[in-house]
Amino acid sequence: MAAGLGVNVPESEKTKSGLTAVEALDWFKKMSLIRRFEERAEEAYGQGKIGGFLHLYIGEEAIAVGALAALHEDDDVVTHYRDHGYVLARGVDPKRVMAELYGKSTGLSKGKGGSMHMADLKRRLWGGYAVVGGHIPLAVGLALAVQYNKEPRIVACFFGDGATNTGAFYTGLNIAAVWKLPLVVIVENNHYGMGTAVARSSALTDLYKKACVFNMPALQIDGNDVVEVRDAVREVADRARSGGGPQFIEAVTYRYRGHSMGDPQRYRTKAEVEAAKGSDPIMRCQQRMLSRGLATEADLKQIVSQIEVELDEAVRFAETSPLPEPRDLYADVLIAE
Amino acid sequence: MAQKSYRDAIREALREEMHRDERVLILGEEVGVWGGTYAVTRGLHQEFGDRRGKDTPIAESAIVGTAVGAAMGGLRPVAEVMTINFTLVAMDQIVNNAAKIHYMFGGQAKVPLVIRTPAGWGQLAATHSQTFEAWFASLPGLIVVMPATPYDAKGLLKTAIRSENPVMFIEHARLYGVRGEVPDEEYILPIGVSDLKRAGQNITIVTYSRMLHVALTAAEQLSQDGIECEVIDLRTLRPLDMAPVYESVKKTHRMVVLEEDWVTCGMGAEIAARVSHDLFDELDMPVERLGQVEVPMPYAKNLEALMFPTQEQVVGKIKGMFA
Repeated sequence: MAAGLGVNVPESEKTKSGLTAVEALDWFKKMSLIRRFEERAEEAYGQGKIGGFLHLYIGEEAIAVGALAALHEDDDVVTHYRDHGYVLARGVDPKRVMAELYGKSTGLSKGKGGSMHMADLKRRLWGGYAVVGGHIPLAVGLALAVQYNKEPRIVACFFGDGATNTGAFYTGLNIAAVWKLPLVVIVENNHYGMGTAVARSSALTDLYKKACVFNMPALQIDGNDVVEVRDAVREVADRARSGGGPQFIEAVTYRYRGHSMGDPQRYRTKAEVEAAKGSDPIMRCQQRMLSRGLATEADLKQIVSQIEVELDEAVRFAETSPLPEPRDLYADVLIAE
Repeated sequence: MAQKSYRDAIREALREEMHRDERVLILGEEVGVWGGTYAVTRGLHQEFGDRRGKDTPIAESAIVGTAVGAAMGGLRPVAEVMTINFTLVAMDQIVNNAAKIHYMFGGQAKVPLVIRTPAGWGQLAATHSQTFEAWFASLPGLIVVMPATPYDAKGLLKTAIRSENPVMFIEHARLYGVRGEVPDEEYILPIGVSDLKRAGQNITIVTYSRMLHVALTAAEQLSQDGIECEVIDLRTLRPLDMAPVYESVKKTHRMVVLEEDWVTCGMGAEIAARVSHDLFDELDMPVERLGQVEVPMPYAKNLEALMFPTQEQVVGKIKGMFA
């Protein structure tokens, strides 16, 4: 899967390092939680309980779960607006994520951010950002702070294929490379920037090759294989952590839902979407676990039913939580000095 | 008290704050080895090295975005954007990131960032002679400072660097050589406080940045004709401190706003609206605005000279208000 691109672009050294039952169960659970969470959010959106934009991550769960499994707990994470998966993968209580979608004061961003702006600084989740590519320089700056303070941490920045066509992508990653910052960037290539296919919007369709202009090591991986994602991110994160400078991963995946709710999806066929589901990340994880004897059907069923209970609570919490107070409108514009 | 240039006063502020706080660093185009295209940061790279005096590529969105991220991560970056014209390239980072991050994540993150950038002109033609302070001053979540004197520049920059909030610190290329009194001992000045620069009882001139100097010379000339101007320097454009303006207008009942920006949707429009609304009964006549001619800046020197209000025009306008 990984392809070389001249100097400084090493072949992947996929280790498939011993997958344990504990890890596999954790990842299966997190991927299933993200998917079911978003299906619940989709329902609530249909009922008018969630407003604005709702960008669903369904089909792409292996990337958030695999990548965050590879990172250290104190590594910084900066993401694009399709961001529910990352916060859930890092262990944020689904109640607070759902409450944010409902615009409640108990939400992760106190109802000020909504779907696109989930942040939890206690977990070093620096937020979802909604202007395509605009958060890449922020991740570069966080990595500068890490380097400046000589901390043993790295910054991980996630964005979609569409971001690789923006100016912020080129100008930001160029600085990261010149300054050899401890940064890992993960492009989630889900084949469409909104409704425009990669081949119709990008001169290069193997997006990892764009790292060439930064002289940055790059890998292309199967983003629907949670083990491959974990292994690849761990490998490059170690390199970034030990002074190897910024690292680039293209994780190839597929978005099952529209760009946002209400997308008529005229740009693709139902058959294409159905075909993509043949490589579903949760199904593949499940099959691997069963075939390797890491879990039984009963184990997985139990996990899924626990998730339903957890999500029932999340929805109940979101529905019964108070709205922000009118006075909260004025809070946190500037820090009082 | 020592006489220092506006440029040297700003450099002193940077240097003192870099000595005071290890987290303070400067970054931008040519701020390091070159010493700044306007020589403001001269010597800082030699003194503080690559780590704290960082030259960047010519890429304003990445300069500002990187500085925002570094500020979130706990540093106190002072980013220089070579001229205010180039902030246009960084607008997404300033508007959508610097000014929003504290609010939209419910107060979790903070952005203690200073963006230094000069307005100015001098046969630089249409794209290098603009001034956009009113755009920035329209943004909740941002502080906008625009000092006119060496004393104010130093004291306000030190406060801006210590602020927990993002600050646009707008300098003026044609003020860098202007000298004024700057104490040798340490001082800071409060952000959000307008300053009375000249007392007078007949008319109020509200202004800021380079136009302060035009206002003060015009006021001297008018004084010889028996018209005493009160001159108020806003210094901070967001948040606006209107109290000294109101106090003055209650005394003079006449007001002119003098700015270097185009008057349409400029700072003068905001000041005039507030005064007209809040002090309607105090005004003897409509508020007057003087600013840039509403065309793009031409290159030819004689045409450029027609672009901004001159001392003579200010005097003429004010005399007309007493005719």
